[in-house]
Amino acid sequence: MPLTKYFFNRIWASIFVLFGVSVLIFLIARAIPGDPARMALGPRASTEMVEQLRERLHLNDSIPVQYYHFLRGVTEGDLGMSLYTKRPVVQDLAEYFPATFELVFFAGLIMVIVGIPLGILSARHQDRLTDNVARIIALLGVVTPTFVWAIFFMLIFAYVFDILPVMGRLGETVEPPPHITGMYVFDSILAGQWHTCKDALLHMIMPAAALALSGLGQAARLTRTNMLESFGRPYTEMARAYNFTEVQTSMKYALRPAMIPTLTILGLDFAVMLGNAFLVEEVFAWGGLAQYCVSAIFYKDLNGIVGTVLVISMFFLLVNMVIDLVVAYLNPRIRLG
Amino acid sequence: MPSPLLQMRGLHLKFDLFEGRSHVLNGVDLSIKKGERVAIVGESGCGKSTAIRAILGLLRGRNVHLSGSILFGGNELIDNKSRKLWGDIRGRRISMIFQDPTAALNPVFTVKDQMTNVIIRGGKVRSRKAALNIARDALKRVAIADPDRILNTYPFQLSGGLAQRVMITMALINRPELVLADEPGSALDVTVQEQTLHLMSDLTQEDGAAVLIITHNLGVVREFAQRVYVMYAGSIVEEAGVEELFNNPAHPYTRALIDAVPKLTGGDLPKTIEGVVPDYTNPPTGCRFHTRCSFAQDACREDQHMTDLGHGHRVACVLHNNINRLSVK
Repeated sequence: MPLTKYFFNRIWASIFVLFGVSVLIFLIARAIPGDPARMALGPRASTEMVEQLRERLHLNDSIPVQYYHFLRGVTEGDLGMSLYTKRPVVQDLAEYFPATFELVFFAGLIMVIVGIPLGILSARHQDRLTDNVARIIALLGVVTPTFVWAIFFMLIFAYVFDILPVMGRLGETVEPPPHITGMYVFDSILAGQWHTCKDALLHMIMPAAALALSGLGQAARLTRTNMLESFGRPYTEMARAYNFTEVQTSMKYALRPAMIPTLTILGLDFAVMLGNAFLVEEVFAWGGLAQYCVSAIFYKDLNGIVGTVLVISMFFLLVNMVIDLVVAYLNPRIRLG
Repeated sequence: MPSPLLQMRGLHLKFDLFEGRSHVLNGVDLSIKKGERVAIVGESGCGKSTAIRAILGLLRGRNVHLSGSILFGGNELIDNKSRKLWGDIRGRRISMIFQDPTAALNPVFTVKDQMTNVIIRGGKVRSRKAALNIARDALKRVAIADPDRILNTYPFQLSGGLAQRVMITMALINRPELVLADEPGSALDVTVQEQTLHLMSDLTQEDGAAVLIITHNLGVVREFAQRVYVMYAGSIVEEAGVEELFNNPAHPYTRALIDAVPKLTGGDLPKTIEGVVPDYTNPPTGCRFHTRCSFAQDACREDQHMTDLGHGHRVACVLHNNINRLSVK
């Protein structure tokens, strides 16, 4: 079947992309000025101790040899020790990544379930009040930086009205749910702790909404444009000539062709969202991958930096693969061509 | 005389555009009897497609101003908001064949999906299974030997000819009384266009459906139609039976159209009509053709009325109005 082959090729290509990313980030991390061993041990450590650590981290070897050691570790599922947390990087990622994933997941959800309907609404009421309001919302979403939204939301909903928690992933009095996936909302559902789940969701609203807004605006604008394009096509006119209901015409016969280009670009918006997640996490003290990575960079924690970047790249590739799967489902030319 | 199936009277259409108000249809009168095959012929951009879209109420938008009257089966279609009426008309009593079948069929749904929906819309059956049976039989009728294979394909997998047959099948499947055909097959190559025409002609005659075909191809007119309307810049300038029109074209525009047809026998290159269809935001007054007409005279600047030449041959031209008629040879 062509689709299976298509995805086999995609996975194969992804491995090469990840390899390329690992080489690149490996080099870039080593270009940051400063001696990682000295920074890890502090100014009072003796030269011998620093030298010993350098030896252990293979820092005295040439870069290709260092990369060889790194790759050998990867094949054993080991990304090395973090010099910042003094723990295996894999363990750090398992702790911090779920928090970021959860945030991006909900932001993505908001982007899709608000952005796309907003675009449809706009297109169906082209140049009328509804369209103009929707377009202003979309435009504001696109042009305003994410961290501005984050601070703005914080001011309005946490300071002025005090209806949402200011920061963090859970209230101070709330016990975290048992660690299953590391994502509080899902873990608390799995454990049946509804009170915890509600608290986690309340903490999620502002960061996820702030993170979603730029993608949401983009999604609405893209959907609107592609729907209008679809409305102008003969197949929509034909659907009208057969008196299919307005809902059937626009939600079925016009929407599906319009979704194909829209979704492809939304996949790219996810990448932007991962970047913006770093800012949102800082503002809301989210304790996710962002804070970990920023600290890793300040401490020149080589393994931490490389590990974070690899996980994010993998996530990005995966999201795009899912998007491509959906697009292939929608577009028979890809599925059968 | 029985009342016609469809009667269009004084149809005016204006679009509000950025450049100003565009007066696209300038009082179109036409009628079609039950089972009759009628053609509208004219250059591209002279309002033919717009006129038939008005019949199905497909001209939408706040910038569209439609006035006049379109009577179909005793119902006024202009500005009719009755859902029941349109549900009864669109796709049931009147259906439409589009110019480019590969563009008019939705690219991301199977032929089966699109056809069964049209059949269910027709209201004779409710279940998808029954609709599918009808679709199979209908496809066999257009000489498609393996309907199931076609039903499970997407439009892009079909050749132009096959897609055209699918679209004709869809248009005729609910046994409409009137089929509107917008330059059918002109997006396809000549042989396929020919097949399309034959198919359409055979099937509509079997069903006793009237056809209003739009074309710029006089060959198609001669082959297919019984009666012809010649349209220029939003008005009907001449109407006649097909033989009469080709034997005694009365309007200079009709003559020019006939002279513009390339001859297979060679000889001189066909004569083109100088100039282009006028700008609708600022059209010439009177006969809109006078700016391109070699017989133009001062009287052409005033509105022209149809003059009856007998035997259903009518023309809107100063050369034929009763006063001037004798002075022109």
